[in-house]
Amino acid sequence: MGAYVNKDAKKLQPSFVSANLLTDTLPENNHTPFQKNNSDIPEEIRNRTFQDVSLCYQCGKCSAGCPVRYYMDIAPNKIVRLIQLGFYDEALKSSTPWICAGCLTCSVRCPKEFNLAGFMDAVREIAVKKKVKVKEKDILKFHKAFLNQIKRYGRLYEIGLVGEYKMKTLDLLSDVETAPGLFLKGKLGLLPDKVKDRKSIKKIFKKTDKKKINKH
Amino acid sequence: MKIGVFICHCGENISRTVDCPKVAEVCRNFPGVEYSTNYKYMCSDPGQKLIKDAVLENKLDAIVVGSCSPHMHERTFRNAAISAGINPFLVEIANLREQCSWVHDDVEEATQKAIELVRMALEKVKRDKPLTKIKVNVTKRILVIGGGIAGIQAALDVANAGYEVILVEKEPSIGGHMSQLSETFPTLDCSQCILTPRMVEVYQHPKIKLFTYSEVVKVEGFIGNFKATIKKKARHIIDDRCSGCGLCMENCPIKKKAYNSFEENLAFRPAIYTPFPQAVPNIPVIDETICTHYKNGKCGMCVKVCDREAIDFDQEDTMFVADIGAIIVATGFKLYNIEKKSSGSIYKGYGEYGYGKYRDVIDGLQFERIASASGPTSGEIKRPSDGKVPKKIVFIQCVGSRDESKGISYCSKICCMYTAKHAMLYKHKVHDGEAYVFYMDIRAGGKMYEEFVRRAIEEDNVKYIRGRVSRIYEEKGKYIVKGEDTIAGMPVVVDADMVVLASAMIPHDNAPLLARTIGIPYDKYGFYNEAHPKLRPVESTTSGVFLAGACQSPRDIPDTVSMASAAASKAIILFSSDQLEREPVVAKVNEDICQGCFYCKKVCPFGAIEVKDIKDINGIVFKEVAYINQGVCKGCGTCTATCLSKSIELAGFNNEEIFAQIAAL
Amino acid sequence: MNYGYFPGCSQTSSAKEYDLSLRKVFEKLGFGLEELCDWSCCGATSAHATNHKLSNALALRNIVLAGKQGIKNMVAPCAACYNRLITSQHEISMHPERKNETEELLSEKIPADVKVINVLELFFKIGLAKISENRKRDLNGIKAACYYGCLLVRPMNINNFDDAEQPTSMEMIAEAAGATTIDWNYKLECCGAAHSIVRKDIVLNLSKKIIDDAVLNGANVIITACPMCHTNLDMRQRAMKRKYPEHLMIPVLYITELVGLAMGMNVKDLGIDLHYVNFNYDEYIAEKLIA
Repeated sequence: MGAYVNKDAKKLQPSFVSANLLTDTLPENNHTPFQKNNSDIPEEIRNRTFQDVSLCYQCGKCSAGCPVRYYMDIAPNKIVRLIQLGFYDEALKSSTPWICAGCLTCSVRCPKEFNLAGFMDAVREIAVKKKVKVKEKDILKFHKAFLNQIKRYGRLYEIGLVGEYKMKTLDLLSDVETAPGLFLKGKLGLLPDKVKDRKSIKKIFKKTDKKKINKH
Repeated sequence: MKIGVFICHCGENISRTVDCPKVAEVCRNFPGVEYSTNYKYMCSDPGQKLIKDAVLENKLDAIVVGSCSPHMHERTFRNAAISAGINPFLVEIANLREQCSWVHDDVEEATQKAIELVRMALEKVKRDKPLTKIKVNVTKRILVIGGGIAGIQAALDVANAGYEVILVEKEPSIGGHMSQLSETFPTLDCSQCILTPRMVEVYQHPKIKLFTYSEVVKVEGFIGNFKATIKKKARHIIDDRCSGCGLCMENCPIKKKAYNSFEENLAFRPAIYTPFPQAVPNIPVIDETICTHYKNGKCGMCVKVCDREAIDFDQEDTMFVADIGAIIVATGFKLYNIEKKSSGSIYKGYGEYGYGKYRDVIDGLQFERIASASGPTSGEIKRPSDGKVPKKIVFIQCVGSRDESKGISYCSKICCMYTAKHAMLYKHKVHDGEAYVFYMDIRAGGKMYEEFVRRAIEEDNVKYIRGRVSRIYEEKGKYIVKGEDTIAGMPVVVDADMVVLASAMIPHDNAPLLARTIGIPYDKYGFYNEAHPKLRPVESTTSGVFLAGACQSPRDIPDTVSMASAAASKAIILFSSDQLEREPVVAKVNEDICQGCFYCKKVCPFGAIEVKDIKDINGIVFKEVAYINQGVCKGCGTCTATCLSKSIELAGFNNEEIFAQIAAL
Repeated sequence: MNYGYFPGCSQTSSAKEYDLSLRKVFEKLGFGLEELCDWSCCGATSAHATNHKLSNALALRNIVLAGKQGIKNMVAPCAACYNRLITSQHEISMHPERKNETEELLSEKIPADVKVINVLELFFKIGLAKISENRKRDLNGIKAACYYGCLLVRPMNINNFDDAEQPTSMEMIAEAAGATTIDWNYKLECCGAAHSIVRKDIVLNLSKKIIDDAVLNGANVIITACPMCHTNLDMRQRAMKRKYPEHLMIPVLYITELVGLAMGMNVKDLGIDLHYVNFNYDEYIAEKLIA
């Protein structure tokens, strides 16, 4: 590469602009595709889904059939494209993986048999691991509250879940019309239904806890 | 025996990693080597002259060339040997390029390997026997299978060169899919108008024998000497009495029992019918499955109205055998059907498009019939369910094509163009209508093709949307088409009145069966394989069998016609000599030790092995042995390797030669 | 032949009636169901959405238990549990490294011979004739829109007991029970699933569309085989009515409840009275017992 660099380039620049400033501020520099392919992200997606993102040829059938497409900020096929191009930040901070309901419509219809729903799982997982500021943070809070119930009881304790989620989000007023109804109908048990061998559940959680694994 | 060794540098291809002068030097000392040299381009004129001069000067008996693969230049060096008076089969090639220099980096090791390769070739050449080419006679008559535009063109070309043609078509008329088309891209000229004169020409040509409603059921023999068995299905009409007046069809009381497949099931046909009015020959057939006569012996209306007494209910299928020298296979294609498939099929249907349950979701050929002036709607665009003119129409490309989940990974090549044509025809006929095309890529490679697509977009205002459609469903008489424009990143929903699917081109269901009958290879879909994708595109790997049109891969009319003419010219070249020369590298059975297990017959990919009776003096068969037809054998060596009693030998590659080669290593 | 039964968390609370009706119906059909001892949550969306190792381990823990209990066939009536279990099973069967990883995590061997089936398959195992034979009541008044939701027949490469785009098995069961079924477009569209609590807006819209299409095509009852679908379709209808006053309330029944009705069980026994949208029994069922 060195042979082609104009050694006098610096001299040719206007004197009031430093070389660094010029290159740093050019937006194109952040938009050169396929530059960050040495990142661990494509590898992680491959490990998680057993498929390479290069499979996707961007036909858009996934987005076309996605039932929650209208609630996403970026079309699902474009998330794959961003990952293909190496624009990871843009993909990870999108609301799309969080809005994805995992209904598998895309995976079933994909002409390349790319499991897009599995891919979205992987993207979410990476976003959590990389501590990306998630757009749909309430959804993440819900998942955390849900898993906390499982960790504690081995089964879902619905009242516990709703309670914990509401404490996390301070969204205390919604669902007032359904919850009392559920009580009245005698559907929600007041006490959690517990697994006896909760030790095994705790062990699973401990062994798969990402934070603890990372510390090792 | 005096042997010459000639080491080629192949420019730098070999000499970059192999020390060629050293190889030549070392080889000079091997036993039997009289002369050894190296040169920059052995295949060049001066290189060949070098070989010739060395042979003559040193009175060499055999030569070894260390060069590129024998696929490349074996013939060149053999010709050089012939010109120097050596039998061409006393030439051996040591492949120093593909098997050495190109695959190694270390010069020293590569040079050593090159020496070993030459040493092995030397041991073989010492045992090589001079062979002479085999000569066979040529029957100058061709069989063309398939009467679509490919078969028609090939038949006319061969016939016009003065050779006899037998043209076999399984349908009652020739014409194929092209006769169904309305207009053709990119010129929009009427398909029938350009095709029917050719169909008539075929019918009237003195050199062409036309067999419609017929099938090839057996092919035996080899290049120049095939025997084909053709089944002529009973039409129940005496051909030479029928005048084609059509009274029988008009008067047939059975009107709505069978769909008209020429009209892509958009109309019915009577029990006695020709597929379409311009059919060639214009002789009807009787469909036994629906004809009342075959149910209860009654009716006979056609017999009553036919004053030429051409109806023959008792006619039966006939078989005849034809001697032919070459075959052109031009069996064409069919369209992918979106219906649910049986679990064994490599194809899957499109459940998301309704598995064919929506009547106004049709395929490209159905649209051709609807748009055709001779079609069921006389060219007016109407939807099949209620006959209303669709005001909003959606075309979906790549249905089946490029869709591995439905079983097909290839591009069908013509759909981009015919979809643009369909949309254009629609806009020309329904001026206030809206046409949408969902596409993945527009593949319009071809003269005036890209311009044609742009015309559809720019002049005819066809709306192109980039994205595959995920779902079609019916709601209140409309077809809801759910898509996404991937360029804008916007979901798109169109409430269409009619949907046309640009379905993939696939081979006919019986394509593999016919391939096995003829003995030609086919791919996993059933498309016939060409001998070489670039240099021998119209030949099959079976000598004397040529391919034309969409039976080999999806292609449009101009490509099909070019291919048909190319196949015809290959056949004409074959017929230009009275005798054929064939490579003498063929297998031969030692009948004394053959045990008659016939494993060889089972494994032979070319069907070259037959059973031969060995008789005693009294003419009584006491043994059966394998016999290899030298005209058919390709010298692949499969039988040799399989033979349990080691009684088959491949000329030029016998055991002694091969073992000596291995032992030399 | 005894079948294992994996109830799943919802069956113990918000989908109690599914559990109730399923047990009653199969008991009456003479088909023993053996509850999986000490079963735990399959991990559901929250696990596979955030931690795939956890998701596999939680799901497969139950397969390990089934193996220990000697269960070879196990019904998971909740479509979401069913999907989680078979997806994890498929993943470890295709990728041995994932299997080793999970076995190490659980410190247990995962048996390969536990077949998980959904409730529709279970009806087919018993045989539809058995349902018809046990019919006690005429369900002619019911025009059922059979709603599969997204997870019951997907993904198709793992789950191929029915067509992934145009399934018909639930219709066959409903018809065997004597109900009329309708053809409609939204039988596989997603109801919003796990967004039930966080993004009620999404769930409301998606569920509304499903219900509208069922009504448009002439249904008077929607049949489901998934607690999550049931919650979203049944419980959200009041909010729909508030938002769209012209909304037509339509009862949503579990397939087991429908079969139970046909077999002569009453609304209370089957837990149908626990639904939000009232199932007005007299409206649908002519009290005509079949001899």
